[in-house]
Order: sequence, then structure tokens, then C-alpha cells
Amino acid sequence: MIGKSTKTVLLGLGLGLASAVLTFAPPAHAATTAGAGAGAGAMVDARKSGYEFMLPATQVLQRDDSQNPAMLWVKDGAARWSQIEGANGKSCASCHAHAKASMKGVAAKYPAYSSSLKRVINLQQQINFCRAARQGAVPFALENPALLGLESYVAFQSRGMLTAPSSDAVTVAAQNKGQSLFNQRMGQIDLSCKDCHVDLAGRSLAGNLIPQAHPTGYPLYRLAWQAVGGLQRRLRNCLVGIRAEPYAFGSEEMVALEAYLVKRAAGMPLESPAVRP
Amino acid sequence: MAHTILTVPAVAKSGEIIELRALIQHPMETGYRRSSEGVMLPRDLIRSFTCRFLERGKSGEGELVFSATLHAAISANPFLSFHTTAYASGTFVLTWSGDNGFTQTERAHIAVR
Ligand code: HEC
Ligand code: HEC
Repeated sequence: MIGKSTKTVLLGLGLGLASAVLTFAPPAHAATTAGAGAGAGAMVDARKSGYEFMLPATQVLQRDDSQNPAMLWVKDGAARWSQIEGANGKSCASCHAHAKASMKGVAAKYPAYSSSLKRVINLQQQINFCRAARQGAVPFALENPALLGLESYVAFQSRGMLTAPSSDAVTVAAQNKGQSLFNQRMGQIDLSCKDCHVDLAGRSLAGNLIPQAHPTGYPLYRLAWQAVGGLQRRLRNCLVGIRAEPYAFGSEEMVALEAYLVKRAAGMPLESPAVRP
Repeated sequence: MAHTILTVPAVAKSGEIIELRALIQHPMETGYRRSSEGVMLPRDLIRSFTCRFLERGKSGEGELVFSATLHAAISANPFLSFHTTAYASGTFVLTWSGDNGFTQTERAHIAVR
């Protein structure tokens, strides 16, 4: 049994702690978090999934489908897949038939450009778009449990496949915007994502190891949440932790950060549904 | 209906010690927390779990294999695993029950050779 986690007050760091973080000397070699296409040649890939930073017991929870609580969300999504919803009398299966075939590899390329919406969207937004525009149903709020179920089920069809970020001009622009957000200091604590996830990755912060921020496990079951959540919920936690005004779910900034993280993780295997502390 | 994931071997040798696993989707709300709006969240717990074994061809509610009482300190989506000795073919009947009239029963069959 999993003990009710006494809530990692993870990034609820006071300013005192933050300045302690800042006094760490960044490792001289500044981790080579290679972006897409950069890791060529004989270079060892220094990128590590958040999985590698977890305790063995949590790793087992992720690996074993009979214990992994996120599989309950996958099961929920599977049931919803063939459920008729909305004014048009259609289920996801009416158009996409068997998810095993039609959704294989789909999660590996999101966020992606939507020619219907004329902007870059993430997987939750694509599913919600189908729900509203194609099924004629009321869209879910982002991060709603039902939407997370569907997203988990879709992402599950790509488990083990390699992250393959889209490379059209609009998505690339979003990735670039995400990169500048990633490198920009923000919040009252005045830290950038890069400060923690590149320069201080592998160090500890209030009892947590700082991972490299690869998005390969999402949606995932976080013990601190006692539930499955999407990548943007995770980003929201980090933003609140540095006392920055969090971007809204589905906002251009959130999607841009997501697009950059996926690009940084190009070629790493998808783990969803993963487990994290 | 809550989603469940059961792991029970479909076949076993007579006398074999087998492991059963049961995972269920449930909030296990303690009754001690407030929502982000400051409102107390009412307690919503699974209070008990039982696993009984009903031998094939027999009637009644079967023999108790394992039971547990669950409390507020147990995580959401509780996972239970336990062992028993397989001695006959039949059905494991797993029942969770708790607050707000919650009750759910799942069955798993086993063939013992
Ligand atoms: C103060 C340091 C800090 C900053 C700044 C920070 N994070 Fe994090 N982040 C963490 C820690 C610590 C964790 C892991 C928490 C845990 O183990 O529960 C984490 C987790 C993550 C993860 C999850 C990785 C996984 O394997 O599941 C992602 C993605 C992430 N952060 C992205 C970001 C982004 C994007 C930003 C900037 C908007 C950011 N973080 C800013 C400390 C930070
Ligand atoms: C009436 C037909 C229809 C229904 C119903 C429908 N979709 Fe779609 N879906 C489409 C079409 C057409 C596309 C092509 C991309 C676009 O324009 O959105 C698509 C695209 C997608 C994609 C992106 C595929 C890719 O390769 O990028 C996902 C994921 C998806 N749908 C999931 C769902 C889910 C989940 C449901 C049920 C909640 C659903 N769809 C219901 C027609 C449908």
C-alpha cells in the first residue's frame, strides 16, 4: 500500500531556501541536455528520464501494470473511447476505430499544429477539440479527470515509442518561444526552469532530487497528487514553487513550454502512464 | 462503478501458494481536509475489503480468504496484495464497501489442477 504522502511541500520554498539554492555552484560542464538532432556522433546521451531519479519502490510501481494506479485512468479512457457522447451521436471509436492502431505514435508528436484551429495545441486540447467539434459535446475543462482518462488511454498506445516532435514552422516557433521561457528567470524567487533543471539537475531540493524535466511520462500518477495529472499541472506546480503567476492551462505559454520540453526530449522513449513522487 | 484492476492467476497447481492483487479507483477522502475554497471535504472512505473463495459446484458465500479494515491514512486508489493456497477450482469474490453506501464486488475464476 502506498502511504498517504505527507505532501511534499516541494517547491513551497521560502526565500531563504531559494537563496540557498542559488549559492550552489552550477557544475562546470553544464549538463549536455542535447536538443533534437544535437546528440550526434559518439557523444553519450546525458539525458535521463525522471524515472531514473526515483526510489526503487516508486520505479516498481511504474513498471508493474498490476500495481500502477495510473492504469485505472487508462482503463477509464478505454471505456470512454467507445461511449457515445454529444449531439452527433458519435463515440471516438466511430471515427478512429481501434485506438491500438489509430492512436499508435500519436502522443509522441504532440504538441502539434492543428490545421483546424490554426495553432499549436497539446494532446488534451486535440481530444477536447474532437469532443466539441466532432462529437458536438460540451468540452471538458483541461485537466478534468475524464479528459485525463482519454489522454492516458491515447498516450498508452505510444508507450515505449520514441518522442518525435513535430517540425513544421509553426510548431518550431512554439518550441523556440518555449525555449526562451525556459531560460528566463521568473517569479518572486527569480529562478528559471534552466537554473534548476539543467544547472542543478541531480542535486536535491528540500528532499527531492531535481530531475532534468523531461515530459516523457505524462499524463502520469503523482503520489503527491494521489491522482493522474497532465504535464501542464506539473508545470503549474513548478511555477507556483518559484512564486511566478502560473500560466493558464492551455495558454500559448504553457503549450510553448510543453513543445520545447518535447523537443529537448526528442528520441527518448514515452513512459506514460508513469509514476512520480 | 469504480474501475478495478485484479491480478489473479487463471490456473494453479493444487497446493500452490498464489498471490492476489486488487487495485481500485477511489478518492479515500479523509474527512480532515478542506477544499481550495476552504470548505470541509466530507469523509469518503472504503472501510472494508473482503476476499472469499467459492469452490466450483458449491453454494453459499464461500470461505473467507482475506479481509482488511481501511482507514483515513490509506492512500487514494488503494492497492492490496495477499497470498493464499490454491486447493480447488472456483471463484474469488472480492468486495469493497465504505462510506456513502459504496459497495463493489468483482469476481475472478481460477482452475486448479
Ligand atoms: C526551484 C527549482 C525548480 C524550478 C525553478 C523549476 N522546477 Fe521543475 N521541478 C523541480 C523539482 C524538484 C521537480 C521534481 C519534483 C518531485 O520529485 O516531485 C520538478 C519537476 C519538473 C518536471 C517533471 C519531470 C518528470 O520527470 O516528471 C517538469 C517537466 C518540470 N519540472 C518542468 C519545469 C519547468 C518548465 C520550469 C520552468 C517554468 C520548472 N520546472 C521550474 C524543481 C524546479
Ligand atoms: C466525427 C469524427 C471524429 C470523432 C467522433 C472524433 N474524432 Fe478525433 N479526429 C477526427 C479527425 C477528422 C481528426 C484529424 C485532425 C483534426 O482536424 O482535428 C482527428 C484527430 C484526432 C487526434 C489527433 C491524431 C493525430 O494524428 O494527430 C486525436 C488524438 C483524436 N482525434 C482523438 C479523439 C478522441 C479521444 C475522440 C473521442 C473523445 C475523438 N477523437 C473523436 C475525427 C473525429
